[in-house]
Amino acid sequence: MDFFLQLLVNGVCVGLLYGISAMGFVMIFKASSVLNFAHGELLALGAFIFLSLITWGKIPVAAAFILTLAGCFLLGFIIERFFLRPLIGEKLIFVIMLTVGLAAMFKGLILLIWGGNLHTYPEFLPPSLEMQLGPIYIAPVYSATLVISIVFLILFGLFFKKSSQGIFMRSVADNQKAALSLGVHVRRVFALSWAIAAMVACMSGIVLGIINGVNVHDLSAIGLKVFPVVILGGLDSIGGAIIGGIIIGLLETFTGGYLSPSLRDVVPYIVLVVILMVKPYGLFGLVEIERV
Amino acid sequence: MKKLSFHPCGNYRETYAEELAIFDTWFGRISLIVFLVLLFGLAPLFASPYLLYVLNNIGIMAIAAIGLNILIGYTGQISLGHGAFFGVGAYAGAILATRLNLPFFVCIPAAGLITAMVGMIFGIPSGRLKGLYLTIATLAGQFIIEYVLIQWESLTKGTMGITLPGPSLFGWDIAGDKAFFFLIFICLTAMTWFAVNIMRSKYGRAFIAIRDNDRAAEGMGIPIFRYKLLSFAISSFYAGFAGALWAYYMVSITTEPFNLGLSVEFIAMVIIGGMGNMPGAIFGATFITGLNELLRFATGALMNVGWIAGMGLNMAPLREFVFGLAIVLFILIEPKGLAELWRIVRSSFRLWPFSY
Repeated sequence: MDFFLQLLVNGVCVGLLYGISAMGFVMIFKASSVLNFAHGELLALGAFIFLSLITWGKIPVAAAFILTLAGCFLLGFIIERFFLRPLIGEKLIFVIMLTVGLAAMFKGLILLIWGGNLHTYPEFLPPSLEMQLGPIYIAPVYSATLVISIVFLILFGLFFKKSSQGIFMRSVADNQKAALSLGVHVRRVFALSWAIAAMVACMSGIVLGIINGVNVHDLSAIGLKVFPVVILGGLDSIGGAIIGGIIIGLLETFTGGYLSPSLRDVVPYIVLVVILMVKPYGLFGLVEIERV
Repeated sequence: MKKLSFHPCGNYRETYAEELAIFDTWFGRISLIVFLVLLFGLAPLFASPYLLYVLNNIGIMAIAAIGLNILIGYTGQISLGHGAFFGVGAYAGAILATRLNLPFFVCIPAAGLITAMVGMIFGIPSGRLKGLYLTIATLAGQFIIEYVLIQWESLTKGTMGITLPGPSLFGWDIAGDKAFFFLIFICLTAMTWFAVNIMRSKYGRAFIAIRDNDRAAEGMGIPIFRYKLLSFAISSFYAGFAGALWAYYMVSITTEPFNLGLSVEFIAMVIIGGMGNMPGAIFGATFITGLNELLRFATGALMNVGWIAGMGLNMAPLREFVFGLAIVLFILIEPKGLAELWRIVRSSFRLWPFSY
């Protein structure tokens, strides 16, 4: 029973991580219908910039965190402006392959600058975050994740519900033409959603880096694991991404714990194929109605 | 039917036969024959073993790229699983050759058929899914196949790999780059011929109709699910065939090369070559394989440059960066690929001095 509970807690923690990794992805898809294959590399980039700032730049952690977020915000703008904007209205495969190409570029760049080794952040989390609930132990990193993801969820909720930019973004996601005709600056919304998504991605990259160490290959693999998560949650639902993340996290830890560790990494994809066959638009996704 | 000497400057076709003709002019037909004669006659004579090796790799990749082009370029279904299908073909060929001791000319097509079967299984989601969702489903297929190849140890020997016997035809051993050159390029020519002709048939036209608008195609009486599956099957047959050839050529295979990176390379070949264009797939395979070899040289040379080696930089990732850059630049600047560039070059010669 203890083992079960421990797996449950671990699963939820890992799942939350997947959830926040998927949030940025969903945001881009929601606003501009782009499937971002470079998401894992964006995660890695954020984690590495943060690493450089605190180990080489010797900048205090809080300042480094904010600087990294700002840098990634800018990077998102640049990616949208130079790579995605020329492709508006192009065929799907071009957009997908562009992000695949971007992923290869970023990965090459990261490997060139930081190498493929595992780096770790210096300890900076206060040990008071450590939790011991009866037989279950929650490492400080996981409770930090929990706190960060809840804070970000609330921030996003407020942003989308209250701020005018958030409302613009939702309107564009809902119906681009209608939004355009009502005076929403659709291009700016695209740019902003990429910027915010890159920022979220780098934030989740940092969190992942704190937990598993920073390594390009691991982080870009997580970028691919985002796909089962978002399909489960529906490609355009941020809340769904969190739920999908938790489900995938639980699935993984339980398969790893009870069946076999090697099956662990492939089980999300098997579930993904089954779901796509049964419910083609995911569990919480919007059914697309198409007219000839 | 009249054969023109020059390309017409507009569309003056009057019959369906003219529309379907592969060669507009006798010049095109002759230049292709000359090219093939030169390729088979001169390349094995004068090429160095290394160049032959590169050519052989190009030939194998081109077969797979043509198959993928049928799926992506003509049917409009994106598959991110072709690297794995290539692997399925390689393993199917290897297992048939080692377990059942079948001769290679049975093994390779059989491997293609087995892969076609597997491809059809992963094509089933295409019945209900389109675009993004199908892409993700094939991505999942890639991971699942990779996992099966590694874990099904009783059949695939897991990470140990399989060593293949050398192929032989009527007592003649096919060994060495030169013999393989003939095998590979004869296969490539036959497969290209088949692909070009299938696109002129009822099936090819149905594929194109599905690509342009699958709902409309369905409305016109094309059973789209069946045709999508068929397209998956043909395209995976090509991938499997190429994979089995590759396995014979490489002699021993492991699961390692058949990863997502290979799938991406195949798609890159199709896009860089030009989607929906048969010669394009071959151009693309040539470009990507050439680029890979060039970058290997370049990174190797850069490693030996004093100050770079002194800095302890590893230049190997440069390969990945340039590869990504090539994809991005092609998509942004010339989305129709090398085939379109080739067409522009040719027509500017043809229209000279009024090429605008």
